[in-house]
Amino acid sequence: MRHDHLITAKQLSRENVEAVLDRAAEIDADPAAFADRHDDAILGLCFFEPSTRTKMSFETAIKRLGGDIVDMGSVESSSVKKGESLADTARVIEGYADAMVLRHPSQGAAKMVSEFVDVPLLNAGDGAGHHPTQTLLDLYTIRENAGLDDLTIGIMGDLKYGRTVHSLANALTNFDADQHFISPESLKLPRSVRYDLHESGAMVREHTELDEILPALDVLYVTRIQRERFPDENEYQQVAGEYGIDLETLESAKDDLTVMHPLPRVDEIAPEVDDTKYATYFEQAHNGVPVRMALLDRMLEDNR
Amino acid sequence: MSDHQLRVSKIPRGTVIDHIRAGQALNVLAILGIDGRAGETVSVGMNIPSDQMSQKDIVKVEGRELSQDEVDVLSLIAPEATINIIREYEVVEKQYLERPERVVGVLSCPNHNCITNANEPVETKFDVLDEGVRCEYCETIVREDLAAHIAVK
Repeated sequence: MRHDHLITAKQLSRENVEAVLDRAAEIDADPAAFADRHDDAILGLCFFEPSTRTKMSFETAIKRLGGDIVDMGSVESSSVKKGESLADTARVIEGYADAMVLRHPSQGAAKMVSEFVDVPLLNAGDGAGHHPTQTLLDLYTIRENAGLDDLTIGIMGDLKYGRTVHSLANALTNFDADQHFISPESLKLPRSVRYDLHESGAMVREHTELDEILPALDVLYVTRIQRERFPDENEYQQVAGEYGIDLETLESAKDDLTVMHPLPRVDEIAPEVDDTKYATYFEQAHNGVPVRMALLDRMLEDNR
Repeated sequence: MSDHQLRVSKIPRGTVIDHIRAGQALNVLAILGIDGRAGETVSVGMNIPSDQMSQKDIVKVEGRELSQDEVDVLSLIAPEATINIIREYEVVEKQYLERPERVVGVLSCPNHNCITNANEPVETKFDVLDEGVRCEYCETIVREDLAAHIAVK
């Protein structure tokens, strides 16, 4: 299969996911074997909004494969500031790079750019839309800790605007996973994600309280409730504390529960959880490098 | 001749769009980009008594036959409509609307954060679902009041 673009997790079949995760496991086991696999490759980084983990992990990934980056830098210092369209920016950078990574605040930005460029394009987040490479590292982490089949997973927090949630929910439909969605009413899954889940035959089980479902979970995937989305501060305060977890919350959890978070967190997971057997979020963040190495390795290999 | 036939007279050639849901006639004209400036003769009947629909609207456009793209979009907001092509005062073709698989460049996306609203060189594209339409870029699903999202040129 030729890997042209990765825009949404809906493109990923179970076979695709397993191939990337297997390659990531090979890389984890013997990183030196991949050190000069793509020593002539240039990855174009186009980040139109702030990013720490995603950008640095892509940069690390291509460098560990022997390649290098070209980085358009901040929006303030780029031609975007002069009014250049995203389509034009992408077409210019396409000429410099063998593959491109795009993060943009507008939903659908990656889909649009994919219509203008021929080099492989990786969507690294498009507004409240999708974040499929995050999903691959999430799946890698889940597979390592709980397995991807016969899985009961709770996804909690901002389900409406959380792009990591949208991609993960779609990708999990490839596996034998019961998904439970926990959020305040105002931040429930958007209609489009609900539609995709129904189309794929998945059940959408929704809760407003974590304790309704926590004892049954193998994985709890927590996301930040985004304060800035609430029109009223009091409304935010009413739900924020309820969607945080601490040691007391976890008393009813299974012993082998895996707690994940795409980070950054604010107060959704108390620091006291960090040192418990449940905490997997830093491991999850570290998995970004081998998984993105695996993805780039396959894409660059197939497009030679 | 019945009362409602007299309200809107026969045309020599052009298109009669009949059985439009009451209240949608002006949206139909908006889709067709007809605002009178091109000089076409346009007749509009609104809230006309109808055996089938209780009330209906009707639009007659002289000297113009609709393209398939126009028909596709009409089917979204006026699915019960029939399109009659008129030549020499006679109906030479009667077309019942079928929903298309997608519509391009006609609807605007209601999601202000969609890339199609960001002044980029891209046309809107919507997949047509059983109920409503879905933006191919941001994936927003629109089920209610599609006529409000017609991008009038």
